[in-house]
Amino acid sequence: MNSFSYQRAGDIASALQQIREPGAKFIGGGSNLLDLMKGGVERPVLLIDINQLPLSDITVKPDGGLRIGALARNSDVAAHPVVRGSYPLLTQALVSGASPQLRNMATVGGNLLQRTRCGYFYDTAFDACNKRAPGSGCAALDGQNRNHAIFGASPQCIAVNPSDMSVALSALDAVVNVEGPNGARSIAIADFHRLAGDTPERDTNLAPDELIVSVDLPRSRFGDHAHYLKVRDRASYAFALVSAATAFDLDDGVVRDVRIVLGGVAHKPWRAHAAETALRGQPFNADTRAEAGRMAMSGARPYAHNGFKVELTRRAVERSLALAGGVQ
Amino acid sequence: MSEKKHAISSPIDKQESITWSRVTRRTFLCSAAAIMAFVGAAGRLRAATSMTGDQRAMAMAAADPVANYVAPVPMTLQVNGQQHQFLAEPRLTLLDALRETLHLSGTKKGCDRGQCGACTVLVDGRRINSCLTLAIMHQGQNITSIEGLAQTSSATPTALNTTASNISQPVLHPLQAAFIEHDAFQCGYCTPGQLCSAVGAIQEMRDGMPSAVTQDVKAIQTTFSDAEIRERMSGNICRCGAYPNIVAAMRTALIKST
Repeated sequence: MNSFSYQRAGDIASALQQIREPGAKFIGGGSNLLDLMKGGVERPVLLIDINQLPLSDITVKPDGGLRIGALARNSDVAAHPVVRGSYPLLTQALVSGASPQLRNMATVGGNLLQRTRCGYFYDTAFDACNKRAPGSGCAALDGQNRNHAIFGASPQCIAVNPSDMSVALSALDAVVNVEGPNGARSIAIADFHRLAGDTPERDTNLAPDELIVSVDLPRSRFGDHAHYLKVRDRASYAFALVSAATAFDLDDGVVRDVRIVLGGVAHKPWRAHAAETALRGQPFNADTRAEAGRMAMSGARPYAHNGFKVELTRRAVERSLALAGGVQ
Repeated sequence: MSEKKHAISSPIDKQESITWSRVTRRTFLCSAAAIMAFVGAAGRLRAATSMTGDQRAMAMAAADPVANYVAPVPMTLQVNGQQHQFLAEPRLTLLDALRETLHLSGTKKGCDRGQCGACTVLVDGRRINSCLTLAIMHQGQNITSIEGLAQTSSATPTALNTTASNISQPVLHPLQAAFIEHDAFQCGYCTPGQLCSAVGAIQEMRDGMPSAVTQDVKAIQTTFSDAEIRERMSGNICRCGAYPNIVAAMRTALIKST
């Protein structure tokens, strides 16, 4: 790990002042940042410890929604009675990620900013990685790309976002609240993460001098029918090959509204709009679930080693919907 | 509470005992090399005008780690009920602080990247990976390492041992006793992490925290299957494959504690 200076932020205003120092980064749980620093991928010259900021609370808002502080630990969010009761999808996604030790450290804000686990990004022995060294190329394009994107990739980068939590937050229409030098702003979760495009070095639309302060969830609509299905190489403690967050509400057996969001398949949580459209207003049964699975794969474009993800994801969507609907 | 002061431990101090007013051959060569490297790097980086301030700062640091060396700062850690004061670089991980600075080498370094769990310790009662966090971030918190799990208590004098009425001897933590009872280790390298993790896991179960194999996350569980124990211990890898015995030990400890 490179040498760096360390400061503690006493309040949000000073944190925003401290982050203006060139080469400065915020540290919360540190479970991703320190790992990247040990690998030489990140080399901050100043770390600003934000753990003293009062951003750990989880509170029910007057409008019935939920505000989750950016420093709330993943394990605390997963175990929170309101999250478990009204947003079980979020609990399922959180407990499927990392290990209990890491969930005790990792924050909600940090999880949103988790960087890709693409091996070529992580290992500095490879020269070509546009995300790590813009303009150097993409080693995964013609390399080992079993774990890579099948949706929305660009010739510059075919890495995927590794977060389970962000997939659930996308299905729950979350809003990310941030503060920066020009004041506060709110970013819809769909606009928070970016597709790689020509700037794969930018994972999100958060500016380098902005701080995530909280995540808002609207009043729960899908508490009764939701499921996070994660498919991975081993039973636990592994990143998703693919995952499917499904959530819907039923009106006399007919799907009124639905969210289908996929993980492990794109540079950001991938909302399957075509599948949602196919299911909305339809009776909830095996045929409509299968059709949703097929529609979810519209536009899929696999690479040399990840063709299996197309069929796997189609089945994951179908099964996740069934489990969300209580069909075993 | 007792307090321990530790000698300054930093790479420079380890090289040899020096006073800052005295220039030795070694310190002179190090500084000269640092200055030359810095001048060279600064020249190259000034030419790269397309860089942002951030990129330039990070590239400068990368180009010249010696010139960007950050000196040790004072830290205070409370480990196993004992307060320790020492000087260390901000980049010192909690794991390295325990092992290298405080010489509590029971906590093990496996992968050093948060993938194996050998470095698991308890901070304010919660289990974390000590390799992926900085020592400086945990001042004022109660850190428990494997050395602090056993309780020291006064032994009850027996008829045969009347002379030693005040002998202190450690009483194993129930999980340590259960690990021995069930032969829950082979080489033992992962065991300190397994034990600290198991203590944390059982507390999490008592607190009703859900896991990835919890059937209904809306309901608070009161009983736990072996599948629950395995899932909750999945952050600790054992190359000897002592898993069935670790699960058995935890099952025993869970039953005894409820």
